[in-house]
Amino acid sequence: MTFPIQCSNDETFVLNLGPQHPATHGVLRVKLTMDGEYIAKAEPVLGYIHRMHEKMAEDQPLPQFMPNTARMDYLHALAYNHGYALVVERAAGIEVPERAEYIRVITVELNRISSHLLWWAAFLLDLGGFSPLLYAFDDREKIQDLLESVTGSRLTYCYMRFGGVYNDIDDDFITGTRDFIKRLRSRLPRYYHDLVTGNIIFIKRLKDIGFITPEICRKYGATGPVLRGSGIQFDIRKNEPYSVYPEFNFDVPVYNECDSLARYMVRMDEVEQSMRIIEQALDKLPDGPIKAKVPKILKPAAGDYYAAVEAARGCFGCRLVSDGGKNAYRLKLRSPTFSNLSLFGEVAEGMLLPDALAFMGSLDLVIPEIDR
Amino acid sequence: MSIIEETRIALLELFPELAAADVEASAQAEAEAQAKAEAEAEATMSEPDAATAEQEAQEPIPDDATKEQEAETTSAPEGAAPKTEAGAKDDEQEPEEEEPRQNGVLVSDYVKQGVHLDVLCDPDQVVDAAQILDQAEFFIEAITGVDWIKEDQLEVIYDYNRNDDQLCRVVVRTRIPRSEPVIPTISSIFPGADWHERETYDFFGIRFQGHSNLIRILLPEDADFYPLLKDFTP
Repeated sequence: MTFPIQCSNDETFVLNLGPQHPATHGVLRVKLTMDGEYIAKAEPVLGYIHRMHEKMAEDQPLPQFMPNTARMDYLHALAYNHGYALVVERAAGIEVPERAEYIRVITVELNRISSHLLWWAAFLLDLGGFSPLLYAFDDREKIQDLLESVTGSRLTYCYMRFGGVYNDIDDDFITGTRDFIKRLRSRLPRYYHDLVTGNIIFIKRLKDIGFITPEICRKYGATGPVLRGSGIQFDIRKNEPYSVYPEFNFDVPVYNECDSLARYMVRMDEVEQSMRIIEQALDKLPDGPIKAKVPKILKPAAGDYYAAVEAARGCFGCRLVSDGGKNAYRLKLRSPTFSNLSLFGEVAEGMLLPDALAFMGSLDLVIPEIDR
Repeated sequence: MSIIEETRIALLELFPELAAADVEASAQAEAEAQAKAEAEAEATMSEPDAATAEQEAQEPIPDDATKEQEAETTSAPEGAAPKTEAGAKDDEQEPEEEEPRQNGVLVSDYVKQGVHLDVLCDPDQVVDAAQILDQAEFFIEAITGVDWIKEDQLEVIYDYNRNDDQLCRVVVRTRIPRSEPVIPTISSIFPGADWHERETYDFFGIRFQGHSNLIRILLPEDADFYPLLKDFTP
């Protein structure tokens, strides 16, 4: 529910939200024109941690850019690894062994769960609840331990290679992952849903707030849970299948309410779906090599290639323009939150400031990925 | 009719002369497909000389291409003429320096390129293209540029995608001179294009005419350089 207001220009004032405000999760600044407690105009100001990854891609050979991808969306780094690997594999015509594809799916989905858990924790922190953070970080810690054992790092992974992955998974990882899923399944109803989802204060903060119509989603190019919270069943893993996703049974959670609560519910359901995918992948995990034979110096044929993956926040697309050299001639990185945030100005108009903060949290912003 | 074929025909409105040729070609292709229904082995083109250069790119290759198309798309067009091979070849094997690509709509090889339709048009046609794709319920995924410094041109690339269950990625490209990088904005059709255009302006200095707020977005507001131009030195 928004509150359309008539504001006279002489009674408004400008309020700077950020770039250091905790609710902006990093360094995002929103220039708000306020009429009392209501927002008359909201204008996000970006670029505080812009690093020009796209230029860096032009200055180094293709494999050397892989670590950069993890530094865009540091919460779902493996999906960005995956997207970049996919576009180079498409350009160079590299086939990935089946075991490597399965390992990719398992690690990417684990990473997706950890990303959603961190979002959940930070979102509730925005809303004023501190203890959920402790539960979520407890579980997230387990995922980080698991991923550290195979990838070697805890946050900014550089695990994928063109044609496979860097390290094989072992029995310890497999049993550890199964134990983790069992543990999270048992904790989800009690520590997550009973404590938070059913909480009346929580529901009052989110229900009917931040209404995004499907049409606004389309006009602004919103993807991911923001789009699925507006009743549109769109998930790159289903709609434009890549890797071995077609071999798994999973649902795409969709809620029609279009409000902040719907986006919350989509992400909570996605945690469950990711666990389903991981379990099936572990059951079916084939033997074999984890890396294809790829020439040391990779020179894709001249041309224009595009690949997209479903990251935790939506569609991450990579466009590689090659001139036949070992560096990318041009690499465009399409980050989902950039588009998702661009609708903030239109939707936040007429909202109460505290509601706008809850709405911003429900968009799941990761600033390094917007600024690139 | 598949969504790819529908969109291709809709986009051909931009190129009236190609649209007329296309109607002829598809009628011809249908007749041919019927005639060749039994003799599948013969896959050679029958009339290479009759077609112009543009028409050639649009020319259907009857058998092999049909199979490929069917393998990669979920719902392959039945009677309609698929144009996979011609498009893909045109993109890959003869880059711009050999023979500049003509304006038109190509059906790309999705497995190789990652897009279904590849449109090349004049700079002033991007608004019409956006309008057609808006009516067909596409959304704008990204806008970006490429600096082709050797040809003294800047390429502007628009990525469109659908968010329903029909898969069709469309890329619209156009070339503008490096000395005069001006192109009309599509932000009045897709408000989401606003930020993407600002980003392209930020990195390449391409000015989007009619844009309401064309200022720096990611770089500092006092920056006086365009970092993704190939002749930029820090």
